[in-house]
Amino acid sequence: MIDIYLAGIGLCAPGMLDWASGSTVLRGEMPISDEQPKPVATLLPPAERRRSSQATRFALQAGQEAITHAGISATQAAVVFASSDGDGENLHYILESLAQPEHEVSPTRFHNSVHNAAAGYWNIATGARTPANSIAAYDDSFVAGLLEAAVQAAAENIPVLLVAFDLPLPTPLHEVRPTAAPFAVALLLTTQPDNALAHLRISLEPGTAAGTVMSNPELECLRCGNPAARALPLLQAVAKGQAQHIVLGWGDNNLVIELNRE
Amino acid sequence: MTPLFITHYTLASALGHGKAATLSALQEERSGLCANDFADAPLDTFIGRVAGVEEIALPRALADFDCRNNRLAQLCLELDGFAAAVAVAREKHGARRIAVILGTSTSGILETERAYRRRDTDNGSLPADFHYAATQSMHSAAEFVRRYLNLGGPAFVISTACSSSAKVFASASRLIQSGLCDAAVVGGVDSLCSMTVYGFNALQLVSPQPCRPCDPERNGISIGEGAGFFLLEKFPLPNPLPLAGEGAMAGGDLINLALLGYGESSDAYHMSTPHPEGLGAALAMEQALGRAGLTPSEVDYINMHGTSSRSNDSAEDKGMLRVFGNATPCSSTKGATGHTLGAAGAVEAAIACLCLEHGLIPGTCNTQRIDPELGSAIQLQHSSRKLRRVMSNSFGFGGNNCSLIFGVQP
Repeated sequence: MIDIYLAGIGLCAPGMLDWASGSTVLRGEMPISDEQPKPVATLLPPAERRRSSQATRFALQAGQEAITHAGISATQAAVVFASSDGDGENLHYILESLAQPEHEVSPTRFHNSVHNAAAGYWNIATGARTPANSIAAYDDSFVAGLLEAAVQAAAENIPVLLVAFDLPLPTPLHEVRPTAAPFAVALLLTTQPDNALAHLRISLEPGTAAGTVMSNPELECLRCGNPAARALPLLQAVAKGQAQHIVLGWGDNNLVIELNRE
Repeated sequence: MTPLFITHYTLASALGHGKAATLSALQEERSGLCANDFADAPLDTFIGRVAGVEEIALPRALADFDCRNNRLAQLCLELDGFAAAVAVAREKHGARRIAVILGTSTSGILETERAYRRRDTDNGSLPADFHYAATQSMHSAAEFVRRYLNLGGPAFVISTACSSSAKVFASASRLIQSGLCDAAVVGGVDSLCSMTVYGFNALQLVSPQPCRPCDPERNGISIGEGAGFFLLEKFPLPNPLPLAGEGAMAGGDLINLALLGYGESSDAYHMSTPHPEGLGAALAMEQALGRAGLTPSEVDYINMHGTSSRSNDSAEDKGMLRVFGNATPCSSTKGATGHTLGAAGAVEAAIACLCLEHGLIPGTCNTQRIDPELGSAIQLQHSSRKLRRVMSNSFGFGGNNCSLIFGVQP
């Protein structure tokens, strides 16, 4: 069992352009709009912003918001980026190049192809020399990232920024791995209770109980259609300010969160 | 930190299958590199290829997972009785209490490269026999290994380029310390593909010759493939191993292998070039020493990241000098194995364990002389000596650094 505090949230998704707009949707006060996010990721220096991809900008936008929300310096926090498929657009370009007889791969595209590209850009943008992780667990990537980030924050007693993101892949990859919509979420986890949004008690239990679902059909489609959107039940509980028992399914296990307001 | 015991481990690389083959190659200072004969990427270079990967057949129930990366994983899991040892641990702890945390940088991308060459000429679709989730997906490596070993604990992949399978030790250590798991299978696997050969070549980081880490004439890396697996548990084996190497008392010291410390850091400098002063590397090494509660002089040997790129070896040397001074023996084994990328952390962690068990300081294979601009105690030839603590360095793109310290515990 791990006890941890949630101190900041960032969100970047259609109709939920940031945590302020997302929380009104999650409380049921506003319908989800079809407004598409256009993340700028202002913390990236202009040269790096040009080289970075849409996936990285989604991730950094959410991360930046969560850090600001928590009121801490990015140089203090370790980061855990979690994504099932990483930067599919960049991957697609490389795979197309490799299918040509010349095999000419762009050097920038190649160094952007590492799964930890978003983490690398984050560190360059913030100057943080703290530990940076990049995790993948297919549809369970958010759950795995949450476990890693919570365990790290508790074990090392440092703030950990978790950023989960996945974007629809370009065709033809989209046909074999469909993703409903882009979604990036960031959670700042800390052992410090001051100004926390919620207290989370996290445990791993046998995967027998059913996972928590969203009652709103649109949000449930999003939760099922993007690995990062598996965060939605947790986000909704925080938005509503309710104590809640949340079950995130993960193969033979359930990651169970007892969420309490602070 | 509380030491975490390595109760079983194994590895496969261009040096051979398993611990005995690797040890004898290191003792004979033999390189496993060969002229590139990898048909998917016919570039004029040398590669570190694992023999026999093509002949591996996956269990029928896991047929969708068939790709070079998972074949290499399976090949390695069956070496040195590793899978059988995990089966015993599964009985002891229960399948759900054993995590699977693996590093890979490219997973089964070779299958996707081949699928992109077979797209439908009319609509561009990928062939129907292409399995994204079981091959291309990063998670494929961990999911395949979890299913192959019949484990049920948390399973995920860490993919931080060339530090991937070093960082798995840190994550597993924290997870076991938290009490959420009792044991973990960690390690890594990366296999030859076109993307890394042509990608590193585009960055002008591939040597046309067998790589020569720390040589003044070094001109790039030799890409390799490999795998390494470890069973990590809170408690040691009931029967410790005899400690070997010159200076060890015959029949005197009985040891267990353990992870003593880890350090993780970021360069915050550049996506594909290390910090020129090795600041991030030094930070990782210092943190590993801090967690292990050791002073620099208590580390007996450092297995370098030592890729043979001009910038890596120079930055790593500066980082080591900053933390250790110039007395601690160090060497790179990448001239022997090639750079196994996302598997390098695990392959070299296994080499570090072999060094501890057998009292071996490996040489730096292929290297003719040490670059006079490097100041660390880089070993050209191997030597025999009683070792108690060995550091293994792994640094990756994105400026992602990890240092591990392994040691013998009574």
